[in-house]
Amino acid sequence: MNEKRGITIRNVAKGPGPLRNFMARIGAPVLVGLGFLTIWEVLVRIAEVPHYILPGPLLIIKTLITDWHTLFPSLMVTLSITLSALFVATVAGVGVAVLFAQSRMVERTLFPYTVMLQVTPIVAIAPLIIIWVKDIQLSLLICAWIVAFFPIISNTTLGLNSTNHNLLDLLQLYGASRRQIFWYVRLPSALPYFLGGLRISGGLALIGAVVAEFVAGTGGNQSGLAFRILESSYTLQIPRMFAALFLITFSGVLIYIATTLIAHFALHRWHESAVRRES
Amino acid sequence: MTPLLNSGVGVTSPKVASMSGKPLLTLSNVGKVYSTGVVALRDVNLTIEEGEFLSLLGPSGCGKSTLLRIIAGLGGTTGGSLSWNDGATRNMRREIGFVFQDATLMPWATVFKNVLLPLKLRGMSKAEATPRVERAIEQVGLSGFANAYPREPSGGMRMRVSVARALVAEPKILLMDEPFASLDEITRFRLNDDLLRLWAGQDWTVVFVTHSVFESVYLSSRVVVMNTSPGSVFGTVNVDAPYPRLEDYRTSTTYNEYCRAVSTKLSETMKS
Repeated sequence: MNEKRGITIRNVAKGPGPLRNFMARIGAPVLVGLGFLTIWEVLVRIAEVPHYILPGPLLIIKTLITDWHTLFPSLMVTLSITLSALFVATVAGVGVAVLFAQSRMVERTLFPYTVMLQVTPIVAIAPLIIIWVKDIQLSLLICAWIVAFFPIISNTTLGLNSTNHNLLDLLQLYGASRRQIFWYVRLPSALPYFLGGLRISGGLALIGAVVAEFVAGTGGNQSGLAFRILESSYTLQIPRMFAALFLITFSGVLIYIATTLIAHFALHRWHESAVRRES
Repeated sequence: MTPLLNSGVGVTSPKVASMSGKPLLTLSNVGKVYSTGVVALRDVNLTIEEGEFLSLLGPSGCGKSTLLRIIAGLGGTTGGSLSWNDGATRNMRREIGFVFQDATLMPWATVFKNVLLPLKLRGMSKAEATPRVERAIEQVGLSGFANAYPREPSGGMRMRVSVARALVAEPKILLMDEPFASLDEITRFRLNDDLLRLWAGQDWTVVFVTHSVFESVYLSSRVVVMNTSPGSVFGTVNVDAPYPRLEDYRTSTTYNEYCRAVSTKLSETMKS
């Protein structure tokens, strides 16, 4: 019994326990959020702001529930475009980065064009893409893909070129083939960089999808959250607009959490970014 | 002092059974000029004998690491030639072990997988490789750490993993580029002893780059002192102290005399 108590005390003295750790990581931001929402609700009520200017959080939640039958299908449309675009961007981005890593010449020749793709505002080319591509969903996907593509290419390329030179020398010394060098050393070295790119691209794919939807402005049952926002603004259904906005932000946060978790599971055994620092 | 100082090569040390005095590798007039125009090495003449423990000692920038890379086949020469005793050039490469100044491990792989790498590159089956990897890990005193990741052990232990990785391929010649330079002295002493013990049990030749007079005298049967700008061989000191060299060698008069001899040579290179 005594021994057991000794261990407990040592753990407490050693550093933050699991509860304190949880409070710091999840509890604190949640508390700040709840405080902000409370102040918002109270201010809206005291100042009697009309709900077509600024609805309170409670009304937004109520709208979210009552309009769920229209908002949920739209959420699914936006999410499916975002995730498909992210998937294609990942596959194509890694593919192009691997191609770049094969030779400096290829990289130097093609890299400027990927930069052009990145720096051209998607709003400016979305109308063209929507005109050229008959299928509206496909055109939205292409727009979201263009935005999400670049961080994966540039990060993965950087990662593939960041292999420890001594390690490359070592493999050369043991007579490793190009393929072995690539699979055993270059690809694992690039993993943390790729995952960093994926995290950025996840958010960008959502932004790309929403922006393109705004430009397309399509109605009907195939429309995503951006169209719900447009529609609500025309009809001054501001609480619904906020509800749709909330769903977009919520999706973005979910994508961020998912990509962060993927990175954590892939790297927590070895990479500095994911390993807990000893105090 | 004079008998200790010997500018010639080929004086054998009869104290070591594995040293045959047969040349393993002969470097003739080896030169290296970098594309920047910097002359790293000029007219290096050196014979490495089978089974010897040779140290390359010299000030920074004397090209000792460059020379080691040339021996490993990692860097080309711009003059002169290398000839291996069996005439082999390409096949020899697989029998070279190389230990870098930093441990140069794959951080994403466990100690076991890091040591396995040379065998895996040869296409050896896991079943055949596993006992060899386990033995190499045991030889460097890391049993029980096979499943640890390289960031977990200390710097000395990481270097041990690096040595195990070189051992597992059963090299004929082990090239070490200031392997213990970044370690604290106590850890370095321990690794020196372990390295000598491992060397005694195998028939390798070791070429050891260092800028520590004491380390070179403690470890090697022959110290080659190098000259700077451009790098070249200045002179050789045969360290005829018997192996096994144990801790009391470090405090012996013989050790001190050899240290003085090597230091004298080193200071002569500065003046020349």
